[in-house]
Amino acid sequence: MPGVVINMRGLFDRIRLLLLFAVLIVAGDAATTSALAGPYEDALPGFTADSFSDTADSLDKIAGSGSDLAAPLLQALRDQRLQFSTAEKKVLIKTADGKLLDAATGQPFAGSPPADLSNVRLNNRLRNLLDAALGSLTMMAADPNKRYDAAQSVFKSRDAGALPALEKALAAEQNARVKAALLQARAAITIASAEAPAADKVAAIAVIRDRGDQDAMALLQIIPADAPAEVAAATADAKARIERNLALWGTVQNLWYGLSLGSVLLLAAIGLAITFGVMGVINMAHGEMVMLGAYTTFVVQEIIRTRYPGLFDYSLAIALPLAFIVAGAVGIAIERSVIRFLYGRPLETLLATWGISLVLQQAVRAAFGPTNKEVGNPSWMSGAFDLGGILITYNRLWIIVFTGIVFVALLGMLRFTRLGLEMRAVTQNRSMAAAVGIRTARIDALTFGLGSGIAGIAGVALSQIDNVSPNLGQGYIIDSFMVVVFGGVGNLWGTLVGALTLGIANKFLEPFAGAVLGKIAVLVFIILFIQKRPRGMFALKGRAIEA
Amino acid sequence: MNNSVHPAASRPTARKWLAAAAGLAMTAGAISAASAQDTIKVGVLHSLSGTMAISETTLKDTVLFMIDEQNKKGGVLGKKLEAVVVDPASNWPLFAEKARELIAKDKVSVVFGCWTSVSRKSVLPVFKELNSILFYPVQYEGEESERNVFYTGAAPNQQAIPAVDYLMSKDGGDVKRWVLAGTDYVYPRTTNKILEAYLKSKGVKDEDIMVNYTPFGHADWQTIVSDIKKFGSAGKKTAVVSTINGDANVPFYKELGNQGIKATDIPVVAFSVGEEELAGLDTKPLVGHLAAWNYFQSVKDPANAKFIKDWQTFTKNPKRVTNDPMEATVIGFNMWVKAVEKAGTVDADKVIDTLPGIEAPNLTGGVSKMLPNHHITKPVLVGEIRGDGQLDVVWQTKGLVPGDAWTDYLPGSKDLEADWVTLKCGNYNTVTKKCGGSSS
Repeated sequence: MPGVVINMRGLFDRIRLLLLFAVLIVAGDAATTSALAGPYEDALPGFTADSFSDTADSLDKIAGSGSDLAAPLLQALRDQRLQFSTAEKKVLIKTADGKLLDAATGQPFAGSPPADLSNVRLNNRLRNLLDAALGSLTMMAADPNKRYDAAQSVFKSRDAGALPALEKALAAEQNARVKAALLQARAAITIASAEAPAADKVAAIAVIRDRGDQDAMALLQIIPADAPAEVAAATADAKARIERNLALWGTVQNLWYGLSLGSVLLLAAIGLAITFGVMGVINMAHGEMVMLGAYTTFVVQEIIRTRYPGLFDYSLAIALPLAFIVAGAVGIAIERSVIRFLYGRPLETLLATWGISLVLQQAVRAAFGPTNKEVGNPSWMSGAFDLGGILITYNRLWIIVFTGIVFVALLGMLRFTRLGLEMRAVTQNRSMAAAVGIRTARIDALTFGLGSGIAGIAGVALSQIDNVSPNLGQGYIIDSFMVVVFGGVGNLWGTLVGALTLGIANKFLEPFAGAVLGKIAVLVFIILFIQKRPRGMFALKGRAIEA
Repeated sequence: MNNSVHPAASRPTARKWLAAAAGLAMTAGAISAASAQDTIKVGVLHSLSGTMAISETTLKDTVLFMIDEQNKKGGVLGKKLEAVVVDPASNWPLFAEKARELIAKDKVSVVFGCWTSVSRKSVLPVFKELNSILFYPVQYEGEESERNVFYTGAAPNQQAIPAVDYLMSKDGGDVKRWVLAGTDYVYPRTTNKILEAYLKSKGVKDEDIMVNYTPFGHADWQTIVSDIKKFGSAGKKTAVVSTINGDANVPFYKELGNQGIKATDIPVVAFSVGEEELAGLDTKPLVGHLAAWNYFQSVKDPANAKFIKDWQTFTKNPKRVTNDPMEATVIGFNMWVKAVEKAGTVDADKVIDTLPGIEAPNLTGGVSKMLPNHHITKPVLVGEIRGDGQLDVVWQTKGLVPGDAWTDYLPGSKDLEADWVTLKCGNYNTVTKKCGGSSS
């Protein structure tokens, strides 16, 4: 019997729950129905006209409707998830997980989706309007990042209509970062408004001055020249301060760009420093090894995309060893089949490797087609973050780190492993090395393979910033030779210093001289430099070089 | 050190020699084997190797596709068409050699070819000397009209100027400040010269225009993108007009995305970026950036839908995209077929005289017409990049815009007129009333 009692009680509980649900659903329905007749409902048909101006009108009405459904609808529109059907005069929201909601009620859409469903289209003017509208609607969102974005979009739109929402958000805000952004947004509205008293404007200018970035500078530009004396003075002072600040950070930024360009140059040149610098082979097909590495990355990503989409963030890690093997193997094959017959004949080597580079390019063009291939950036390689006054992009940062690792690993390999020792022995004095029992032919092949393999890994990294096409390698070959020659043949440290010097010099010249003249200036500088020091910056000294 | 001097010194010669060798090898295998006497030969002069192969290979395929379609309909004048494909290997002097070979040795009736302006300039003397016909399918800088050449791509007034007009309009964002960024060669330089003159005629001040050129294949855009950002934060709406050439675009757009420049802040309108170029990019960070063309694959039109379907069947690739220069090739091909049928012969002089006035449907729902200046009428569309790599039309001109060979905004060219029907002249000076007046 006790069991039955318990069952009965369970049953009652269930019935009670069901009843509660029913009441809730009815109440919910009632609430939405009462909202139906408002401006929100009136505005919806505007989205079905497929005209930018009608969409703008509807958007305006919805933003001002005060309905709870407004924010999700506008967000859906911003994310291109708002759909309409002209035939059925329906506006539907597609949720992030692919379900359809009726925009009029916010409830799941019953019945089969209309056949002529298509997205409500946007243009940049609408996107700007939307961002401003969403800014005032999402200032109270639970997620601090959303609130921050909202404050930023109000800062940009300087829309006085957002002021009441802004004041409310300011009073409630706890997060220091968001609060600062909200204060800046309020200051922007004050500065933009014609009626605000001068004292308020001066205070607002102080807030903007402390922000100190380019957006702040842009905002200060809109203050008219005929403003009251104290406002004009505060503006001039703030502009001067921001300009000084920006100039300082500009230098840091150039340094960073130079470092980043230098690391790309180093990465491309480091394999050449082995084949050309250590072995003395003028390898015009070096760029194509880089290209092979990039195509390996593409193939790896294609396989991951179709078979194991979850592994996408690791695609580069998987591609690295493969690119090394592919490019290294091709390198060894080239050395064994062509280059070994041409040692000591630089002109013939040059021509032969140039021919090989054309063959490789055309082979890749035949296999993969002549168009660019899309190599995606894993999530940890996209985007940027602010460091003080400069913007650091993740892909550049990781490439610098990666170049450092490759450089140290290569240095360690040459210094501490047996293969490294033999390589140095062979390149310094071939006959003596052979006399002590080193198989020089095998070492030649391995050294060339190592240089090519490293070019292959460089290709993995370069696929993240450049386009993957059969011509990829051509763009790097001249720069690579420049770095190696400038740094000093046969010396990895020279390559490092050479790459970074050229990168930074290029980036400091570019703002003044422009990209074309900057490049010419660097070339002229190198020509003059090697007139003076024909063996580059860090020349090897002594008998070793005669080998 | 001796070693290191070699690469720089020997490179050009080595390159030329090998490219020539590669070219010869290609021709040996060219599709000229069929020697049936009753065919009309059509020359295809597009680079299949070298830097321009990325763009031009598609056009070679397009001509082969059109020939295939035409032969299914029974050919022209009762004869089958036969393609003669050569590979000028992105080597400008080789273009002239290959053109001569096509006309003199293979006796082709018409040539479809060239992409870069420098390759077109290289073959011009050959077409004049041997009196043949060239259809040139790519948007270019204008300032030219030749008797033997028919330009089916856009002149500046059919692409650059309408795009700028759109950006100046309310829907385009009321742009007041302009960055003109391009690759350093003749097309961007001339286009930007025209645009600068046009913008100034619209009251844009000098300090609101920033001009920037970069070398071919420029890969490190960090400084320039941050300069653009700086230029754009002067309190006025700013836009970038990009004449950046093919390969340099991918790193440029990647850098824009990474530095967080959104289309809503600083829109970029490009004249050389289409579906093919976007295929190598993740376009999600680029949504809202613009491109101006006369055709987009996304245009909803029955003729376009059929063309895309047939093209994908022909190439056996259901994902193969279509683009603007392809459409220009198609229009040019159809115009040539109509002109030959109307003239009843493939004789170059007769076809050249018949072509002006010939109409052929374009793929966006209109009918393009060959004008006396050897340019055609086209609609101008501004498209927005979508997340899937296609472009969505956000604006278009009402009706078709006639191509203008000589721009009205440059002092040297505004008095010139091209008319091969009544004036029989490509650069008639309306002031001195003389043919061959000053051209810039």
